[in-house]
Amino acid sequence: MSVLIPTTLAETVEALAGEPSSMVLAGGTDAMVEINGGRLHPQAVIAVGRVAELRTWTHDVTSSTLRIGAAVTYGELEGRHFQRWVPALSQAARTVGSPQIRHVATLGGNVATCSPAGDGLPVLAALDAVIHLVSNAGTRDVTFANFMVGPKRTTLQPGELIEAITIPVLSGWQGYTKVGVRNAMVISNAGACLAIDDEGGVRLALGSVGPTIIRCGDAEAFAASVVDHESRSVTDADATEFGRLAAAAARPIDDHRSTAEYRRHAVAVLSRRLLRRAFPNG
Amino acid sequence: MAENEAYVLHVNGSRREVADAWLGESLLYVLRERLGLLGSKAACEQGECGSCSVLLDDELVCSCLVLAASAVGQTVVTIEGIAPHGSPSDVQRAFVECGAVQCGFCTPGLIMAAHALLERTPQPTGSEIREELSGNICRCTGYGRIIEAVQRVAVWRAIGP
Repeated sequence: MSVLIPTTLAETVEALAGEPSSMVLAGGTDAMVEINGGRLHPQAVIAVGRVAELRTWTHDVTSSTLRIGAAVTYGELEGRHFQRWVPALSQAARTVGSPQIRHVATLGGNVATCSPAGDGLPVLAALDAVIHLVSNAGTRDVTFANFMVGPKRTTLQPGELIEAITIPVLSGWQGYTKVGVRNAMVISNAGACLAIDDEGGVRLALGSVGPTIIRCGDAEAFAASVVDHESRSVTDADATEFGRLAAAAARPIDDHRSTAEYRRHAVAVLSRRLLRRAFPNG
Repeated sequence: MAENEAYVLHVNGSRREVADAWLGESLLYVLRERLGLLGSKAACEQGECGSCSVLLDDELVCSCLVLAASAVGQTVVTIEGIAPHGSPSDVQRAFVECGAVQCGFCTPGLIMAAHALLERTPQPTGSEIREELSGNICRCTGYGRIIEAVQRVAVWRAIGP
């Protein structure tokens, strides 16, 4: 086994091209669990936590976007800049593991693992985030929807590295919420992100209730037709119907953490609550 | 670094060489089994319990989730490095005074977490304490006396013991 600790992106991409089967190690909060448990035996590790380009983020005022380096940690994403620009992502960040986990766990690592329970992922799906990939052959941009293709399955190619994630900065309300057995240190049994886009559209993405993150087209279209942006209002009946349509879009399973029935119920409640928070009147 | 190559960690202010070790070992394993620092406890080894908490470049982390070989060039502070032997830190004294220690297994991790919290937030509210210590599991105390101990240190640091 070998361990490489590059400090530049060029060095990282070159190392990955030389040994495409290398394991890219960011925060290690997923990978080390597998290594400690004897289920993963990497031959070559590239630890990217000190790659300067991956550790930075930029706010582009002209395009109103945030470009977040793959090795930016969830602890950083809890901070005040992100609370202002992408509140849903900041809220999701605060629900990840514990302070110990958030100090090292990265957004890029969450995207690379691509578990349906990844807390940041419903936010990326709802906001139509773009994943920037880089290899020694060049760069490639892929929408989050086209990146995640199944539970822990992505369209990342051997030799490719997740460099950054671009997220639009929207002016409307947005929020993330999840259900688990306690408030801290918990993997979600169901999670949801709701965001109002700049055209007045209502976006809803669900986590932990299907093989991928699920965007709820029917619920989104319904909400757009019934909410009143001016008075920030929606009726109770319409909020409940929104929850029902969200639950209908979910594809949950029974597993060791929860049941499909409970997850479907939770999705209806979470979605209704999020819509109510976005439209508190009426 | 290649197969079984020796590497150096900076632990509690000392250079510590790790030789003849598998490069896949966690920092927790290396601290305990290679360097003889048994204060950080090995329990869940998946980041859930916090009993292996250490400071890595001044950030509180679970040492079980850090690949030891990737910590080369970083500074590690363990419970053994938090205060000189025989003169406990204020957090350690408060834990004893408040009865925040029962079986003691979670204590080193909680002491590290409490130090990290008070460094960042000298006067934490009750909910800030609960959130910042949420990654450390204690099965004995019910947490009441642990929270009291942290609050006591906050008072000591503000107005003196």
